[in-house]
Parts: sequence; C-alpha cells; structure tokens
Amino acid sequence: MDIMTIISNAAGELIAPTTAAYVLAAIGLNIHFGMTGLMNMGQAGFMLLGAYGFAVTQSMGCNLFASVCAALALAVIYALLLGIPTLKLGPDYLAMVTLAAAEIIRIIGRSTAMTNLTGGSAGISPQDFTEKFEALSPLPDGSTTFLLWTYSNNIANSWWLRIVAWILVAIAAFLCWRWFHSPWGRVLKGIREDENAIRSLGKPVTKYKMESLILGGLFGALAGIIFVLPRSVQPDSLGRTVTFYVWTILLLGGAATILGPVLGSCVLWVLLTFVKEVMRNTVPETLITSNQIEALGWVIVGVALMCLVIFRPQGLLGDRKELAFHA
Amino acid sequence: MPDTTNISQPGVPFHDLAKWATKAPEGETLISTAYGDKVTEDLKFVENKPGVHKPDPILIADNVTRRFGGMTAVDVDHFEIERHGITALIGPNGAGKTTFFNLMTGFDTPNTGTWQFDGKDMAHVQPEKVARMGMVRTFQLTKVMSRLTVLDNMLLGAPVQPGEGMFRALFPGMWKRQEKENVEKAEALLERFLLIKKKDDYAGALSGGQRKLLEMARALMSDPQLVMLDEPMAGVNPALKQSLLDHIMALREEGTTVLFVEHDINMVRHIADWVTVMAEGKIVAEGQPKSVMSDPAVIDAYLGAHANIDLGDDSVLEDLKEA
Repeated sequence: MDIMTIISNAAGELIAPTTAAYVLAAIGLNIHFGMTGLMNMGQAGFMLLGAYGFAVTQSMGCNLFASVCAALALAVIYALLLGIPTLKLGPDYLAMVTLAAAEIIRIIGRSTAMTNLTGGSAGISPQDFTEKFEALSPLPDGSTTFLLWTYSNNIANSWWLRIVAWILVAIAAFLCWRWFHSPWGRVLKGIREDENAIRSLGKPVTKYKMESLILGGLFGALAGIIFVLPRSVQPDSLGRTVTFYVWTILLLGGAATILGPVLGSCVLWVLLTFVKEVMRNTVPETLITSNQIEALGWVIVGVALMCLVIFRPQGLLGDRKELAFHA
Repeated sequence: MPDTTNISQPGVPFHDLAKWATKAPEGETLISTAYGDKVTEDLKFVENKPGVHKPDPILIADNVTRRFGGMTAVDVDHFEIERHGITALIGPNGAGKTTFFNLMTGFDTPNTGTWQFDGKDMAHVQPEKVARMGMVRTFQLTKVMSRLTVLDNMLLGAPVQPGEGMFRALFPGMWKRQEKENVEKAEALLERFLLIKKKDDYAGALSGGQRKLLEMARALMSDPQLVMLDEPMAGVNPALKQSLLDHIMALREEGTTVLFVEHDINMVRHIADWVTVMAEGKIVAEGQPKSVMSDPAVIDAYLGAHANIDLGDDSVLEDLKEA
C-alpha cells in the first residue's frame, strides 16, 4: 500500500459530509455548553430527531423545504419538552434528562411499534429520502476528481452533499460569530458564569436558557440531516457514542470559540482515519486483525485526547487565561 | 418600567456625575445635600420604635415570615423604608438580614407576608422582574462573571437592550448605537469606582474588594430607584471606603434610595439617615443613628459595650481591666 492512499483517505475526512455534520452538532453544543453552560448530554437526540423528521416526511413525499422545517420543528418541540421542567433546576439535572431523552428517542425509533414510520432497527434506507435532495443538485451526473479526491457528483456521498454541508457550516459559524459578539451572547455567557447575578440584573434567565437550548438543538437537527444523507437513517448509528464524539470535538477544538468545533471535528476525524489507515497498512494481519484496528484506533485517539486535556485543557483554540478562574 | 416622574428631579443621571473628584477638597462638602436635608427633616418627627410609619415610604413590608424547618429566620411585622433616605440594616450574624434581602428581591419565597415597592405589590414577583421594576441588589458573597471582562460585567447591568433579543442580536445595526451609549455610561461609572484601568481584564482577576466595587457599579448601570447593598464595605480598604461613602451619599442626592447591611458601625453612623436593627429575625429597634446606637437593647444584642473603643489599643485594655 502506498502512502498516497493513506494520505488521501485521511485527507478525505477533511471535507467529508460526516465531518461537517459533526461540526454542526458541535456548534449547537457550543451554544449550549460553551456559551450558556448547559450540560447537554444528548446532542445525538437532537440529531436523530432531525434525521427522522427529515427522512420520514421525505418518504411521505413532502417537498425538501417542508422536510427541513419538520426536522427543525421537531427539534424545537423536543427542546421545549426538555427545557420546561429542567432549566429551572441545576445543570446536572439537564445533563441527566438530555442523556435519558436521547436514549428514549433512539429506543422508540428502533421499536417495532413504529416500524411503518421509522423502519424499526433497520431504519430508513437512502432511496426513500435522498432522491429529492439529489435531484436539486445543479451539478451534471457522473463523478469528478478534485485534487486527491474522486467522488460522485450527485449520488449518496457526493460532491453536492459536501458543498451543501460545508456551506451550512460556514453559515452556522458566521451566525455563531455574530451571536457570540452580541449583547445576547453576553447575557448567555453571564448565565454560564453566574445565573443569580444575571437574575439580579433583571434578565429573565430561564427564557435565555430556553432560547439557547432551542438554538443549539436546531443546529443539532441540521447536523442530523447532513449525517444521514450519505448513509441511511439508523437509530443505533446516532446513539450515545455520537454525543460523546461531539463533546470530544468541542473540547478538542476549544469550547466558547467560533472555529473550535470546525477545527476539532477535522482534527479528530482526520487523525482517526490516519491512525487506522497506517495500522492497516503496516501491522500484519496475524498480529492485529482489522476488527481490532478499528477499536485500537479509538484507543490511540483517546490517549491523544487525554494528553490534550492534561497539557492544553482549553482546547486547540481556547484561551488559557479563561481557565484560570473557576469561581 | 420604572416610574421616572417622581424620582431624581435634579435631572442629572448618576453616571454624569462621575467626573466628580472622589474626595472633597479640604473644608468643602462634596455634593449638594438637598435630598439628605429633606430626609433628615422628615425623619426628625418619626418616633424611634420598631415598625414605625414613615412620611414617604418606598418599600412597605407587612407580616413577612420565613421559616427554615423549625427555625424562624425572618419574622418582620411591619417595616418601611423612607424614599431618598439611606437606611442601614444592622444586627448580629444570623439575624436574618440577608434572608430579608433575599425575600424582598424575590430570590427566596416567604412563608407569609406582603410588601409593596413604590405602591406595587411585590410578593411572589420573580427576581428579574423585581430588578426591572427598579429594586436592584448586590450580594454578600460577591457575584461577578469571572470569565467576562470588567466592561462586559458592567454592560450586563444595563437594562432593556434591543441587542439582547436572539434575532436582533444578529443585526448589529439595531443595537450598535445603544451599545455605545452603554459603554460610555459603564466607563464613567468604572472611572468613578476606580476600576477603569481594569476594564479589559477578566473580572475573575479582580481582588475581593474590587469585586465589591464592580458589583456595586454594575447595580448602578440601570439607575435603580432602590439599591440594596449587602455588606458593601466588607474587604474594602479604608481609603476606598471613604470614596465609597461619598458615592453612596451621591446616590441619595440623585434620588436613589439606599438600603444596606453593614457591620462597620462607623460607616453606619456616618452616612445612614435611619438605622434598623434586626435580631433573631425580628426588628428590635429603629431610629436615628445616634439614638439607636445608644439604645441599651441594641448595645446588648449587637454592638457590645466597647463599640467605640479600639480593642487593639493596649492602653485601652489596661483601662478596661482596671474598671
């Protein structure tokens, strides 16, 4: 195996739609955690709901815009349901509730009771919900090679999806930048630091937290759509682990930074693919089987992340000074 | 919305006075004392007894009780705060002063009781609404937003900002101008509280005393009608204390009513128009500073017999032993 394949596979992750989906999810989580201090341990729940909202309405024949709206509306309702009972309580309660609620959505999604809608544990296959999205593409049919990468123009894991996904990321990052540097963002950061102080200054804290939960959830739902477009909707592929990947990405890139989620996601997935590809090509099959390489890749990334947390706890882009104060 | 018709007729918002020196030149008074004189005049005829009625109360509390299990932390029959006055709330530790603050500002819910602020019923009103109605408080354990700059902390104190809406936040054109005004106001206040050099530092980098100052300055961003300061002088050095006293008196002259909890008796004596003493949740004495502080009940419960004597002075201790 030549080194070019390893590099092009690893670099492929740089622009992969899944990477973009994780960026979007991490941007949502950044609004929750980085800005407002909400411990959302169920970002995958928002993603899965978004994916279902999109795919189910698509398979029923709705148009693309209506489907995206349905996905976003589901995220809003979900955020309200989670937020109303828990936002008045401490942060740990929100963590518990979001973690549990994401699992509830996944388990309902894969239950046999809803098979005609969600497809049970087999999920919804791509031909049921990706056609309209692919038909929207202005690109000609066929495939294109650009630099190292060759992908189909419109079908499945395509250039079209990449373009849409990264444009969404760019818009989301821009909006986030605007929000971060606005009085609204300042109130959220104030809530992160001390809720009661903000209350004593006359700001309705619960309303702001709710806005934050909804907004972050909307980005989560969008991420879910992008996540399922190159594959199929499978409840188990958007489980707890996804939530923790999103957290890893956010902390890796640096919470409360604009480009942290982008950098975090790119670094994590490129690094992971690179490590796995190198092992596949250098370590003989008799020593470590390919199944083990899959797991070992995560182990190595995990160790790297631990080092990062110890030696650069603010993340790649974070401000070390901010960590000095834990009031 | 605070009713602006009956407050601060001098018409100069507080922050515009920020250019004042923090210390008066020798032999001159720093500020006009119009409100101070009026309050003194009004309170002269008020009887010195707990729960007395006052000529022009801004806050009236009735029958407020708060119990924690079997312990009654606050049990106030009747209490009034004179408008434009500086009222001190003193009392031994555990007397219920801070709990009373929490109740009045909505941070805690009483078991019984009603109270009106400026004629509006305030029982069961949420803390953020209390603040927006013009009653702003500070905390005994200072609350600053550590990972925000000092200036951002101040800006959070500004009320009614269009940029604090989620959608309007995206269009800086809609809030840039107001933001600029707020920054000017904040900087003027910071200058007055000697924090202007720190404005771009994280608030977490401030010392305890500086945080007290920041918290007080932040509370003033909204030009409140009534500020409730919980131990504003704790941890502030003597020189700064003097200028803080001036600030508090300046507040009164703009029409802001001040209620504060404090253990520094000299400060209480120096600036308070009225002193209320709490012990075991009840108001045990009320009156002009001089008469209250010579009340034997207050001396027994709170001040102690040697309140005016510097116990660090060895010669005084010798005298005491002999006596």
